[in-house]
Amino acid sequence: MLKILMSDIGRLFERLSSVGTLYLPIEGGGQTAFAPWRAGADVQLDRVNTDLSVKGLFFPQTEDIAFFKREGKKISVLPSSDPDEPFAVFGVRACDVRGLEVLDKVFLDDPAHMDTFYKGRRENGALIALACSSPAETCFCGAFGVDLAEPSGDVAAWIVDNTLYWEAKTQRGERLTEAVRPVMAEQSGTSAVDASKKAARDALAAAPLASLKDSLSAWGANDMLTLFSSPLWANLSMSCVGCGTCTYVCPTCQCYDVQDFDTGHGVTRFRCWDSCMYSDFTLMASGNPRKTQLERFRQRFMHKLVYFPEKYGGMFSCTGCGRCLSKCPVSMNIAKVIKAVGGVENG
Amino acid sequence: MQNVRELMIKKAGEMLSSGEVYGVLAWERGDFACDQTPALFTSPESLSRLAYDEFTAPMLSKYLINEAKKPNEGKKVMVFLKPCDTYNFGHLLSEHKVERDRVYAVGVACSGIFSREKTLLEKCLACKGMEFHHCDEVIGGEGKITWDKLDRFAGVEMIESMTPSERFEFWRGELSRCIRCNACRNVCPVCSCVKCVFDNPGSGVMSKSNADEFEENMFHIIRAFHVAGRCTDCGECSRVCPRNIPLHLLNRKFIKDVNALFGPYQAGASLDDASPLTSYSVNDPEPGYKDKAKGGERVA
Repeated sequence: MLKILMSDIGRLFERLSSVGTLYLPIEGGGQTAFAPWRAGADVQLDRVNTDLSVKGLFFPQTEDIAFFKREGKKISVLPSSDPDEPFAVFGVRACDVRGLEVLDKVFLDDPAHMDTFYKGRRENGALIALACSSPAETCFCGAFGVDLAEPSGDVAAWIVDNTLYWEAKTQRGERLTEAVRPVMAEQSGTSAVDASKKAARDALAAAPLASLKDSLSAWGANDMLTLFSSPLWANLSMSCVGCGTCTYVCPTCQCYDVQDFDTGHGVTRFRCWDSCMYSDFTLMASGNPRKTQLERFRQRFMHKLVYFPEKYGGMFSCTGCGRCLSKCPVSMNIAKVIKAVGGVENG
Repeated sequence: MQNVRELMIKKAGEMLSSGEVYGVLAWERGDFACDQTPALFTSPESLSRLAYDEFTAPMLSKYLINEAKKPNEGKKVMVFLKPCDTYNFGHLLSEHKVERDRVYAVGVACSGIFSREKTLLEKCLACKGMEFHHCDEVIGGEGKITWDKLDRFAGVEMIESMTPSERFEFWRGELSRCIRCNACRNVCPVCSCVKCVFDNPGSGVMSKSNADEFEENMFHIIRAFHVAGRCTDCGECSRVCPRNIPLHLLNRKFIKDVNALFGPYQAGASLDDASPLTSYSVNDPEPGYKDKAKGGERVA
């Protein structure tokens, strides 16, 4: 394990940015989001959680797929090249790392249908995960087996008493460690970090949503039709305003739309995040297969808590990051849905 | 506020028991202090879950568009309205989005709304006043503004004092954070088109995301123009924005200009008055142009 004083953390960032673009939680406009580091940036490593997840660095909100160019009667298709620029992300929380593991299932699991854009970024992006020391009241990653104190990633880091501790977890992590070793000191023994880990786990166990785990047993691929037909969806969805906030701040929502943009001298085909909450989601010639907000609302939670585990060996596609809890305009969220349908009333 | 909540539960229980209303639009408590959700209560027993305190944030008037249309044997729906939401209610009535005789409107006293971070919301700092409009009755009476009020138009004046390029940079910076979640539009009681042009694949301008970096700017500018003269300044757009964009400043600029050009006007306050931008009189000002014989002249 290596360590560095937080007062020297800028030196660590400098070393990391020599490997490729370094993204960090940076404050701007009263918000924290992953943005490229530059000297003097307002880096926020205390805040749980960033307002936007790390998802956008690997699966951007908008990305060009191909360009169509017409010359006379000839149309040439110019595909976008796969991303190959190395970058590193520092300060990713355990829930967001789990979010990427969920996206890996969707985009990389099937060799015949690999998403090459996502793959390019995953192969070139190093994750330096930061353990949480004090979870927010909206945090419930523990319900999904995420350990906030021991994040996976290429490197795991802990901040305890103004010192950052660093431990490589993968081969790529080892290579990064070599790059930063000149500015770090060796640390023998793990007692300082161990105490912090225990404190973080205790804090999560005492958080308001700690009992959510109990309601999860009703979910999963158990009884799809019963959950689908639950009469509770009507009341739960009643307040939903049909915006896309929950889907866009979510670290795992992966649906996208493909659209064409007429540039005036050609066509840019791009994909962009889509939301199952929208009335034009999966719109086709026969209309929208989910005509009411009830059906659209139900889809989001059935996907995360039933269809996804059914397809991927029981893995839920919620990570308990809590963003949708703090961002929903009307505070209707997955925690309330899990509890209501899981048979446990809200506190 | 505890007392107001009890009075609300009592009234709602009476109205449900007597069968005068089929349901009551109110707020349901959640897991934390600040996560109350709008809900339709249909039985007196369920009312123990009704919440009302200084964290009760979402407005309920927009839900009336759907609720007041439901057949339910012609029965009314009861709704609780905060003072600022009564203007939204008035606006919806004036545009015939809601039928007045299908609603039993109850004003509820407000003492300002606090955020998750326990600070008073901007829209409350700039409170328009505690009086109620268009209500059948009021519970808890008119509240008092106990805090130092913010000048509603101070933010607009600050932007007006910028140079055009500073102003452009300010908005480009703020709007660059937009993720096109449509939360601002969807909570807005004035944004109540049956089919928004941005959701309509046939409109040619539909987009779920930003095809280029200027596009989300246009979305907000078009939306601001569409609600100009109709926006009640309830502040919901800024409250719900997950990216902390001060959208209310766009709307308040229009409100300030309408006030200056046509005289003080509050959308939703009256059901009778035609609004300045939807009515015509020969004396209407023509901002931007001086009365010249030909072509006019642009003025600042």
